[in-house]
Amino acid sequence: MATGSDAPSIGASREQGNPVSGILTFIIADLIVFAMLFTGFMVDRSHELAVFNRSANALDFHLGLANLLILVTSGLCVVFAVSAAREGRMTAIRNWILVAFVIGAGFGVSKFVEWGDKFAHDIGMHTNAFYMYYFALTGAHFLHFLGGMGALAFIWFYSLRHAGAPDFRGKIEAVGLYWHMVDLLWVLIFPLLYVLGHQWPACP
Amino acid sequence: MNELFRQTASKVWLLLMAATFVTTWMLTKDAFPLRIATIAIVLIAAIKVRLVLLHFMELRHAPLPLRLVFEAWVIAVTGALIALYWLTPAAG
Repeated sequence: MATGSDAPSIGASREQGNPVSGILTFIIADLIVFAMLFTGFMVDRSHELAVFNRSANALDFHLGLANLLILVTSGLCVVFAVSAAREGRMTAIRNWILVAFVIGAGFGVSKFVEWGDKFAHDIGMHTNAFYMYYFALTGAHFLHFLGGMGALAFIWFYSLRHAGAPDFRGKIEAVGLYWHMVDLLWVLIFPLLYVLGHQWPACP
Repeated sequence: MNELFRQTASKVWLLLMAATFVTTWMLTKDAFPLRIATIAIVLIAAIKVRLVLLHFMELRHAPLPLRLVFEAWVIAVTGALIALYWLTPAAG
């Protein structure tokens, strides 16, 4: 960041080549694409409500919730890592990134359990319109998740030799911003897929 | 400033956890009419997204135009989800 102070100032820098402004552009473009997918889901849901509700009800919302807790907690660890980078606490940077990565890995495990169960029941993208969105949204999100895990791994290795470099703060902030986007997208995907069609126990 | 960033983020994390458990509770208990509860859950999700944006991604310290882009996104997405949910007639 250009300020050189300890004050957090995401996006304040106009510096050429700062990865933060690049990643912010990417995030905004990505959020717009996901917003269109969310809207498409809702429009198609209104046409085939019974199918969407029945299919959504077959999902285990506990897994969706667990994913949310995992990503939010991993996000907090990245906040601590970025904060450590601003204070030049090298060991803390690496430890928090490692914890964020390990916790984040739980999301991947849970996705394989969930998708494995769907495939075992012969449910795929072509089963119906709901599952088309289910696999498109969770699949696209999973690719973002993989990218985020890769970014966490990259910054961990990069920090071994370059944690003191002037450009390190910008890099770790960019990784952090991206990881938080993966987190916040799941915060919306979860109610959309798992909650909207959930059949409530005493619903008439 | 950094200390404050960590403290705020920790409080936000607690709030996000708490909000998630409120959502679970609303899902499992039959305490509210279905449509009201669902809209409440979408609104809670929107508040969570905004908390992540402001306090994890530090948008509250970002230049105003940048912050407004993200705020507008949250409002547009939440508005579209709730409107389309409300307009879809309830059925089996």
